[in-house]
Amino acid sequence: MPIKVINDFCITIGTVNGSGSATANTIILKSIFKMGIPVSGKNIFPSNIQGLPTWYSIRLNKDGFLGRVESEDILITMNPDSIERDLTYVSKGGVVLFNESIKITSDVGNLVLYPMPVDKILTECDCRPDLRTYLANMVYVGVLARIIGIDLIKINSALDQHFLGKTTAIEPNRKIIKKSYEWAQHNITKQDPFFAESMQTTKNYIMVDGNTAGALGSIYGGMQFMAWYPITPATSMPQTINEYLPKLRKDQETKKNTYVSIQAEDELAAIGMVVGAGWAGLRSVTATSGPGLCLMSEYLGLAYICEVPLVVWDVQRVGPSTGMPTRTSQGDLTFANFLSHGDTDYVILIPGSVQECFEFGWKALDIAEQLQTPVIVLSDLDLGMNQWMTPEFIYPETKVNRGKILWEEDLNKVLKKQKGKWGRYQDIDGDGIPYRTIPGNQHPRAAYFTRGTGHDEFAHYSEDPDVWERMHMRLHKKKMEQAKLIIPYPIRTTEKNTEIGIISYGSSDPAVIEACHLLRQKKKYSNYLRIRALPFTEHVERFLKQHSRVYVIETNRDGQMAQLLRLTYPAYAAQIHSVAHMDGLPLSAKWITRQVLNDEGK
Amino acid sequence: MNIKNTENKNRIGLFRSDYVGENTTLCKGCGHNSIANMIISACYEIGIKPEKLVKFSGIGCSSKSPTYFLSRSFGFNGLHGRMPSLATGALFGDTSLKGIGISGDGDTANIGLGQFKHLVRRNVPMVYIVENNGVYGLTKGQFSATAEKGLSLKRQGENFYLPVDIALEALASNASFVARSFAGDPKQVKEILKAAFSHDGIAVIHIISPCVTFNNQENSLHSYSWGKGHEDPLHEVSFVPPREEITIEDFEKGTLREVSLHDGSVILFKKLEKNYDPTNRREAIFMLEEAIKNNWLVTGIIYINPDATNLIQLSNLAELPLNRYPSNKLRPNRRTLIQINKSFK
Repeated sequence: MPIKVINDFCITIGTVNGSGSATANTIILKSIFKMGIPVSGKNIFPSNIQGLPTWYSIRLNKDGFLGRVESEDILITMNPDSIERDLTYVSKGGVVLFNESIKITSDVGNLVLYPMPVDKILTECDCRPDLRTYLANMVYVGVLARIIGIDLIKINSALDQHFLGKTTAIEPNRKIIKKSYEWAQHNITKQDPFFAESMQTTKNYIMVDGNTAGALGSIYGGMQFMAWYPITPATSMPQTINEYLPKLRKDQETKKNTYVSIQAEDELAAIGMVVGAGWAGLRSVTATSGPGLCLMSEYLGLAYICEVPLVVWDVQRVGPSTGMPTRTSQGDLTFANFLSHGDTDYVILIPGSVQECFEFGWKALDIAEQLQTPVIVLSDLDLGMNQWMTPEFIYPETKVNRGKILWEEDLNKVLKKQKGKWGRYQDIDGDGIPYRTIPGNQHPRAAYFTRGTGHDEFAHYSEDPDVWERMHMRLHKKKMEQAKLIIPYPIRTTEKNTEIGIISYGSSDPAVIEACHLLRQKKKYSNYLRIRALPFTEHVERFLKQHSRVYVIETNRDGQMAQLLRLTYPAYAAQIHSVAHMDGLPLSAKWITRQVLNDEGK
Repeated sequence: MNIKNTENKNRIGLFRSDYVGENTTLCKGCGHNSIANMIISACYEIGIKPEKLVKFSGIGCSSKSPTYFLSRSFGFNGLHGRMPSLATGALFGDTSLKGIGISGDGDTANIGLGQFKHLVRRNVPMVYIVENNGVYGLTKGQFSATAEKGLSLKRQGENFYLPVDIALEALASNASFVARSFAGDPKQVKEILKAAFSHDGIAVIHIISPCVTFNNQENSLHSYSWGKGHEDPLHEVSFVPPREEITIEDFEKGTLREVSLHDGSVILFKKLEKNYDPTNRREAIFMLEEAIKNNWLVTGIIYINPDATNLIQLSNLAELPLNRYPSNKLRPNRRTLIQINKSFK
């Protein structure tokens, strides 16, 4: 038997979608996590309800590298339609667990095969006929647990958590898992090197997806209004918001709601409602994906020019058009940056982890109200829909910041100070951010007319060239300079003897971290800057200045971040190298490493 | 009963001048100006505090008009056809405010038909006025979806399509208040407006408002001369605010049909020869179909259901306006997050 491989391998499970394998896969993922082993799970699924192949990859890595890998060490397959293709991705010496009813025709000479008697086990357990397809998946949970050594106590704990302690749901699953485990114990002689062994690394971590994190972040950010329209892969965010709102945000004394949530008729209406609510002084959020963002762009242009605070989450998928709705991408960056016709600027936040989805969830609302402008949060399917181990959510360290709102007394003070003059778009403080009143303010001087047409400091209609330019330059120069003071700054990791700089962002982060590690092994040392928000801050320029070669790594076809960097910093354009890839899958560290080494070899 | 002297104070101590807006920039003789004036009169006469109203509009000639009335009310001129969603969100800020939206035929029946119908379906508590002139004025005279079949316009030729009937569309979407009037009949416009302001739900008012510049041909449904000749009022409407005495002598006995509104006020319908029941949706639809067949411009309150639950009532909100909620009540406490973290272990 070869040398043991402990906590450093990848398992891929191939099933048919709609067969209920998600529960089984989650149980495996959670059990390994509960054993204290760093682990990640990636769902590669079709845009379909039932019958097409679907895969779930679980990566165990003792060093904490959790990005996607290009091949698997253990293939579990329940799907005869995809098995031949799936086998080509199994690494040499790898393992195949398969339903014994599937006939393998290709040459599998270098693989370890463990056929599983799925039907026999189900029959022995007196499995209810209507639950057979679903419970069949529990067979591989039990067999795998025996082969690699997943603790049954942890499996039971994961089952308990998954089914919220409901014995009637837990028992049939537990029974099959136990039976399958025992079958494997008596009938399988282990011929492979892969072992899961308990560690102590996940103590301060939780396992959760980015959409849930963004939802909770918004709720802890004091979100008061949400309008949304269902779209993959964003849907679970509003749904999670709706689940938690009644538990977390009823007024303690009156038991009344402190929030409103509306499923709109489309994204055009969702953004309209959010603009209306944001204007009327509610902290407002919507969540969508690329096609929805396209529909929202005109209202976002209006929100920008009318200075309405709101937050839009774009959980990116592959576009253009319907594209690949269930595959991940970072392809909306330049679109989000230049949204709407005419000249605009948007604050864009880019979380790189699930924990940051929570953090940016509440921060986005503060930033939007402080700046009185739309904030776009760019998440993606990989971050949003997959379960990640991530540090525990941290309670917001600052108070809810509502920015410059004037109620009746405040307006009196401003009027007194300004000798009776106040205009909605007057730059009183010289920071480009005016004071705003909101509907409901009973002061006779509070009202103003909001319009997407040209307007002056007093919100009056204007086509005066000077007024137009003055208002725009205030937004573009002054307000965006204020943005740079309050948005999340890039995170920089520094090594010794560095030759190259690496820039990346969002969900590409895990693969980039691992690539830096692989490059180090090849004696190629790099400094890494992870951008977390736009507009770019001085940190970005400094980084470009310090590195003669900077690789910008991202999950899209055209290298959109590299494009924006070259545009913003033309002096450094020649030293910016784009390493971009788009096939619907998250980047892998190996691919990044190969690309960088190739370019370096030139 | 109406207070004619504009220098008099109303019920809440405001003058008519407290309800005016900026000078109009619409064409001279435009029906929209007359409607703006009637909005001013209605609000002044009922005694609504301007600060308790919020104005909305879309894009088009009609949508420019909210600046011509109620300067002391907040207003938002949104996107073409998408004022309904804007108003839906905004009205949650402070639910003690009443919304008034001004739209046009292009804004409502063309680009905004979807949002209009969803606004109606949700029964958002606001007055929604469609100033219908059957034509695109700002782009200098193209057909809208309410233009009648066979109408011809300079540079456009003939319109081949049947028109959208806004009142019928509203009824099909279960509107809780539907009325139609004619800008050339300011008295009726005003009385309908007063009734609409008292309705605690969506109040769709379809007002034929002729375009004097681009669509005022003698034979057009949206011309003054056609309107004057084909008007068929369902009944005379008189609105009685709850704070004024009802003087029964003003109305013929036995011809009254009372509809109580949520704020306690009452609308009285003076029935004409038809025994028309404005609380019967089926009859309303039938009556509109008949009117289309007979080429009648039926005006008056076509349908009203004062008991329909509105969107805000469904939301279980506290009395304190949501936009005045203290920040510290918007963030769940620390302990809850500890529990949440634990649930993801």
